[in-house]
Amino acid sequence: MRKWLGVAVACAQLINVACSKEEPPKPAEETKAAPSSSAAMKPAAPTSNTIKVGILHSLSGTMAISETSLRDVALMTIDEINAKGGLLGKKLEAVVVDPASNWPLFAEKARELLQKDGVAVVFGCWTSVSRKSVLPVFEELNGLLFYPVQYEGEESSYNVFYTGAAPNQQAIPAVEYLMSEKGGGAKRFVLLGTDYVYPRTTNKILRYFLHSKNVSDDDIKEEYTPFGHSDYQTIVAEIKKFAQGKRTTVISTINGDSNVPFYKELANQGLKAQDIPVVAFSVGEEELRGIDTKPLLGHLAAWNYFMSIDTPQNKAFIAEWKDYVKAQNLPGGDKRVTNDPMEATYIGMHMWAQAVEQAGTTDVDAVRQAAGYQTFMSPSGFNISLDAKNHHLHKPVFIGEVQANGQFQIVWKTEGPIRAQAWSPFIPESSKKVADWTYPWVCGNCTEPKYATSDAVAKR
Amino acid sequence: MAALGGFAQLSGDDVAHAVRALGESGDPRAIRVLKALRDAELYVDDASHVLIRDKNGAMVDALSGAPVPASGHAATINNEIRRVLDTLIARLELKSPDPDERLEAVGELARRSNEEDAPAMRDALEHEKVRSVRRALVSALAEGDLASEDPKRRLGAVEAIEEAGALGLAPKLAALTTAPAEPDPAVRAAASRTISSLHRKQIFVDGAADVLYGMSTGSILLLSALGLAITFGLMRVINMAHGELVMIGAYATYATQVFFHEHLPVHESLYLVAAVPVALVASMLVGALLEVAVIRFLYGRPLETLLATYGLSLLLIQIVRSIFGAQNVLVENPPWLSGGTELFEDVVIPYNRMAVVVFTAVVVAFVAFVLRGTPLGLRVRAVTQNRPMAACMGISTARVDTWTFALGCGVGGLGGVALSQLGNVGPELGQGVIVDSFLVVVLGGVGKIAGSVVAAFGLGILNKVLEPIAGAVLGKIVVLLAVILVIQKRPQGLFAPRGRSVEAV
Repeated sequence: MRKWLGVAVACAQLINVACSKEEPPKPAEETKAAPSSSAAMKPAAPTSNTIKVGILHSLSGTMAISETSLRDVALMTIDEINAKGGLLGKKLEAVVVDPASNWPLFAEKARELLQKDGVAVVFGCWTSVSRKSVLPVFEELNGLLFYPVQYEGEESSYNVFYTGAAPNQQAIPAVEYLMSEKGGGAKRFVLLGTDYVYPRTTNKILRYFLHSKNVSDDDIKEEYTPFGHSDYQTIVAEIKKFAQGKRTTVISTINGDSNVPFYKELANQGLKAQDIPVVAFSVGEEELRGIDTKPLLGHLAAWNYFMSIDTPQNKAFIAEWKDYVKAQNLPGGDKRVTNDPMEATYIGMHMWAQAVEQAGTTDVDAVRQAAGYQTFMSPSGFNISLDAKNHHLHKPVFIGEVQANGQFQIVWKTEGPIRAQAWSPFIPESSKKVADWTYPWVCGNCTEPKYATSDAVAKR
Repeated sequence: MAALGGFAQLSGDDVAHAVRALGESGDPRAIRVLKALRDAELYVDDASHVLIRDKNGAMVDALSGAPVPASGHAATINNEIRRVLDTLIARLELKSPDPDERLEAVGELARRSNEEDAPAMRDALEHEKVRSVRRALVSALAEGDLASEDPKRRLGAVEAIEEAGALGLAPKLAALTTAPAEPDPAVRAAASRTISSLHRKQIFVDGAADVLYGMSTGSILLLSALGLAITFGLMRVINMAHGELVMIGAYATYATQVFFHEHLPVHESLYLVAAVPVALVASMLVGALLEVAVIRFLYGRPLETLLATYGLSLLLIQIVRSIFGAQNVLVENPPWLSGGTELFEDVVIPYNRMAVVVFTAVVVAFVAFVLRGTPLGLRVRAVTQNRPMAACMGISTARVDTWTFALGCGVGGLGGVALSQLGNVGPELGQGVIVDSFLVVVLGGVGKIAGSVVAAFGLGILNKVLEPIAGAVLGKIVVLLAVILVIQKRPQGLFAPRGRSVEAV
């Protein structure tokens, strides 16, 4: 009995650890090209006078810290659209489900939303694992997903609009900044992440990018930790050792609440932000809200939006959010903040609403065609457009330093929005791939157009 | 001091410019302003006057030193400015009358290994009288001197590196061991000797680091497992809700912190001391309640207990989520637990981890004392060893069960106090703890507290030895495989209970 129990306990733990490893970065996502792919049963045209909008964010588990606010901001935007009369004369109705930070459950809940509830669109997912898990469901049932979080790229689906940053809209500009004199002139890089698809792919792109900048492999150190890891003693000691001799920076793709023990350990072991800055791609205002910011002072984050951006649009966005929090009496009260994925959710939902108005229907095929050409004045103060070809947003990039009040001081920004590169030009095998859902390509990962152009036909 | 105007600007570039101008002005008042900016004590009021806030929160004018009423906003500071500041302050402090400040300045300049500062340091070396500062200067200059034309200087530099044991410079010395690169045989010999001595030191430092970090990891494992060693080990209750009692201890710490923050702000840094009994009592109460309400009806039925306690764990998580919200809550390290001390070169032990090791020792001693030295402990041992006989001797076994279970849960709560200082405090805290806890108890041998102690430290150190070699993910897998092998060989754990009681179980 005891022997059995011990083995079982160890096995359970083993599966736990292995789970985070089991998602290898898929080189290409199988995507269905033809618009008429929906062999799936769609519920009969809704005769009710509401349009259902699915919200698929973890409200419990390790990702709840980040994803709960996305549900809240989505509900706020729905209220805002409803207050202006809704869409096509109908009110929007939110259908909120909780996939509980459990990746297979994301797929189940997505299927439930599309088949049982018959939602017109879904806003959801945070981690790339969860997105990869729901992708086949959306493609099989011809659903529409707006994905609001920065991710690793190397993907373009006909059924997804990516309103978060691709690597060239976040990771690459951040590394360029750190290599510049203003950013500290880093010569050595520690690529540190949680062990799953987003950090692994991002770090792969960054490694190729650093090679292109003549940084040798000796000056790059790549480390991964399991989900929920909390013991960073050895890793911080290794970073310290690695940093001797050359200016070093840490590029962190640590996700979820492992960030707290990591930064605490950094500060306690005496590593200062001005000597070894850490730039994080998953730490924003929301993540800083629940933690003691003292150990993080001066460390960096790269995003497409910061709450501290000083534009009239952002003031209005923050005011609307604060009013909503107050009116709904949300937990956290006046301490609630706005952040990048919230802005991306807000922009995405508005663009979807504009597309529905333009198409005159919520039919996925029609809305998808209309969505690609929408523009929207974002809270960050730029007129943002959604790219009809690769389904990504054009986004400005900001780099900010953590301040004691949990906000960011912006130390660098791009002049204007940057177009996303769904396939990284730095990875040899994906540099030739094209994501273009317009004629004649109509493909998410092709090296040749699906349909021959007139030139090609003439040549034949 | 005209440069002071720049501090009133919001833009980081303007402030950086002002900092450089001030650093080179040679004004004796400059250093105070620069230090105030570094420590975020520099303020600018609406009329662009630069003010310094002193330790007691009173404001003085940076130029005249006259007290002024508190007003204004903090001056802009970012990493670029901090980098400039650190160098400038170090350069100015190199001439400070206080030897401690000079020592600190040399350390700062050496860390930046800036060629520009070598002449100033050489200059300082000529006038320096204090031995420790002299030694720091020599070793700071050594790196630059390795490339010197003068063989004597190179030799001196190699010797200085050997004496200081500067591990980071070993790769640079390697270039001086071969003939064409280093013409002088004496320098070559010294360099080879220094490299091997540095190498020996490196092995020792790495080993010491593994043991220290492993003890720290092990002590956390032990703290979360110790309570389980009582409830599972002694009482044989498979308590899946044990992690949640750890979580309750952590939330009790949070509640104590909030109470101190609101009612006793003067003693806020002492909240952690008060949190220990609060967490103990809170978890004991919850534990006693669980025992009386649910667990006592399930003794001797392990599968039902497993299911029931799993349900209880979900219940407790949801209750905490309803009260405190799904978000993690903020538990700050008190100032006396922030930072760390450097035991050897590059091996920094943070105070919070040291405190956890000490705290673990205290808790283990406490548990041992309760079980060995109190009437309750005597009854607990009697009941767990032979229940019918103990009942015959007039011991109320039901009451002893409640107390034992509550004690195990209380110790779990103490683990929560320690965990709150290292990681996140959220409703799911316990979920990450429970599997490791069972692992420690089963590996150590069910029913043996000493076994749990050895197993926890063993696992901790093994983990830390493997981590640099295999990485955190693979390291953990290897540890778990090792545990499976050990349990295959020794199903009763490392420390098997001996004697007739074994057959009775």
